[in-house]
Amino acid sequence: MRDGKSIDRLLGFRSLRRLRVYQGSVVWIKQNLFSTWYNTLLTLLFLYILYIVVPSTLDWLFFKADFYTTSRELCTSGGACWGVVTRRFSQYLYGFYPQNATWRPNLAFVLLFVALLPILWHKMPRRNLWYIFSVFYFISVFWLLLGGYGLTRISTNQLGGLLLNIILGVTGIGLSLPVGIVLALARRSELPAIRFFAVTFIEFIRAVPMITVLFFATVVLPLFLPDGVVIDQLTRVIFIIIIFASAYMAEVIRGGLQGVDPGQEEAAKSLGLGYWKIMVFVILPQALRISIPGIVNTFIGLFKDTTLVITIGMFDILGVGRAALANKQWLGLANEVYIFVACVFFLFCYAMSRYSQYLEAKLSESHREESGKKSNTC
Amino acid sequence: MTSKKARNWLVQIGLSILLLGAIVYFVHNVSINLNRLGLVSGFGFLFDRAGYDLDSPILRYTADSTYLDAYFVGLVNTIIVSLCGILLATVLGFTLGILRLSGNWLASKTVYVVVEFSRNIPLVIWVIVWYFGVFLQLPSPKNALDILDIIFLSNRGVYVPQPEFSLVSLSIFIIALGVGVLIKILYSRYAEKIQNSTGRQLPTFTVGVASIVGIPTVVYLLFLQRSIVWSVPLFQRFNFSGGMALKPEFIALLMGLSVYTACNIAEIVRSGINSVAKGQREAAKSLNLTPWQVMRMIIIPQALRVIIPPLNSQYLNLTKNSSLAIVVGYTDVVSTLGGTTLNQTGQALECITMVMATYLVLSLLISAVMNGINRKVQIVTK
Repeated sequence: MRDGKSIDRLLGFRSLRRLRVYQGSVVWIKQNLFSTWYNTLLTLLFLYILYIVVPSTLDWLFFKADFYTTSRELCTSGGACWGVVTRRFSQYLYGFYPQNATWRPNLAFVLLFVALLPILWHKMPRRNLWYIFSVFYFISVFWLLLGGYGLTRISTNQLGGLLLNIILGVTGIGLSLPVGIVLALARRSELPAIRFFAVTFIEFIRAVPMITVLFFATVVLPLFLPDGVVIDQLTRVIFIIIIFASAYMAEVIRGGLQGVDPGQEEAAKSLGLGYWKIMVFVILPQALRISIPGIVNTFIGLFKDTTLVITIGMFDILGVGRAALANKQWLGLANEVYIFVACVFFLFCYAMSRYSQYLEAKLSESHREESGKKSNTC
Repeated sequence: MTSKKARNWLVQIGLSILLLGAIVYFVHNVSINLNRLGLVSGFGFLFDRAGYDLDSPILRYTADSTYLDAYFVGLVNTIIVSLCGILLATVLGFTLGILRLSGNWLASKTVYVVVEFSRNIPLVIWVIVWYFGVFLQLPSPKNALDILDIIFLSNRGVYVPQPEFSLVSLSIFIIALGVGVLIKILYSRYAEKIQNSTGRQLPTFTVGVASIVGIPTVVYLLFLQRSIVWSVPLFQRFNFSGGMALKPEFIALLMGLSVYTACNIAEIVRSGINSVAKGQREAAKSLNLTPWQVMRMIIIPQALRVIIPPLNSQYLNLTKNSSLAIVVGYTDVVSTLGGTTLNQTGQALECITMVMATYLVLSLLISAVMNGINRKVQIVTK
């Protein structure tokens, strides 16, 4: 400090700043990259790996790639051959959905965010009115996508591509929320039989892989139905995904319920409220607010798992990609297809996980503020 | 009060009857449907001849084996890939987590990018990429890539050296290992006694490593070098002979599972170590403990409390995710029992139930082990 001031006097402010910046970056590099001999070694090793990997990858991905060719033979630049993606782009997005009706999934996708607004934006004005729209959306979106009553009918096996992943993920999470709440409450119930059923169900579902559950939906579930009743595959899969996700959801919500101060329940009891009133008006609103990051994380997991439907022969975005690869003109372009699909998932999931981290940080901040206030008033 | 009690009983009994009714209804439907399909329910089919080929490195399996044998082959394969995956994922995950926390900016950021990429892309894609994009793209056995002329990478599999030994030499080796562990335990007790009475510290860690690693090594070098031989893979005309061949299906699934899980573990390790209050480290430093002592005695024991429970669920996830074997054609429980057997016999209900029950048991076993470890590291409260 003293030195800084004397130099300040000697050289004047501007040169001092320049000196500091210069010193700063050198010091920073020395501290963060070359502090000890093993750190230096590590830095050099990583620099070497990056030098090998990054330029050649970028070349392959962009600089030497062909973006819009019609077959593999026409890709001559030596890099990626993105035609396998760009030429069939609408299939990756919508599967076999009729080309002239793609405005319907697009509209549904945009309205999804409008419907989720009251959950995503916590300072939303007139939130309760908006919730009515959300509920209306989740009922009517199936009409928008599948048609009937004035819109062209679209069969469920025409749904595919990313649209299918989103439908499975969103309906899975949306409808498993109420089931999960009931299960979480049942697991904390005072009645032993109810607790037993809830624990058995939750732990059983959480112990088995999603693939087996999907197999169950395709080959076993039809056996459970009475003779003559046939339910199409998509409905069965959605049903089983809801069951599957609700077990995970129940655990997230149970965590939220445990996070609510027990004083809240005691206070509500002392006001003479009954069990359901306490739960619906006092405990659950607080518990759900704490659980939102966990719910988002469950959604990310489920959304990634929706690609598993390729094992039961459905054409989600990965399935469409694999079908494209089976085509003669695109044979051997596996890298391009999988990298594209991976990037799509990365964009969605990374954005959601950042959002959930942001929520978590905000929640813990507000929690700290509240407890800070408490200690002030005491 | 009594009316409330009565109502509680009524609710529970009513729910039980409802569930029971649903089960009876479904069983009724199933039996009608099975009759219609001409299938006999029950597990008798397990003793029929399977007649399909399977790669079985450990159990004896021929074309005349039964469906039950095929199931056990699948089960063993699932367990092998899960155990290897858990080991590899733990080592890799802790390495990545520590690199992420290291003061080295470049290493930390690179690991961050890798971890985020890995975690946010479905595991199916990773497994497919490891299989079709990496291990099937390797050169043929003739031009196999080699590492020090011991390990060979080719599109027919990875060939590694395999130890060959008799039962006697193996037991001598195990006894040597046991003696090493015993010496380490006894020495630790002795060191604790000395420290408690005089305050002097003995080098327990060095002695521990020396006895556990050193004694078996010395025994091996002195006595067992001739009886435990390493069979090194050697290329002869068309393929490799000797050594152990790891099929591309296995190694791709293993890499996919363990790298994906390792990236999740890295995050767990990072947040676990970060969760230890800063004051702990500062207090330990002010007591003049060395950085290594701070890590081993202050940070790690406290971080483990936070790390172990989510680590348990990662292990469970890895075991469940090993069912992705079906995507690359590795013969695990799902692809034997839930795949070929189901297709050949049509006994869907039995097959799927058995597969689910298998995973249930595996999950319970892993949870039991991890809960045991967890109990050891948690704070004992009175």
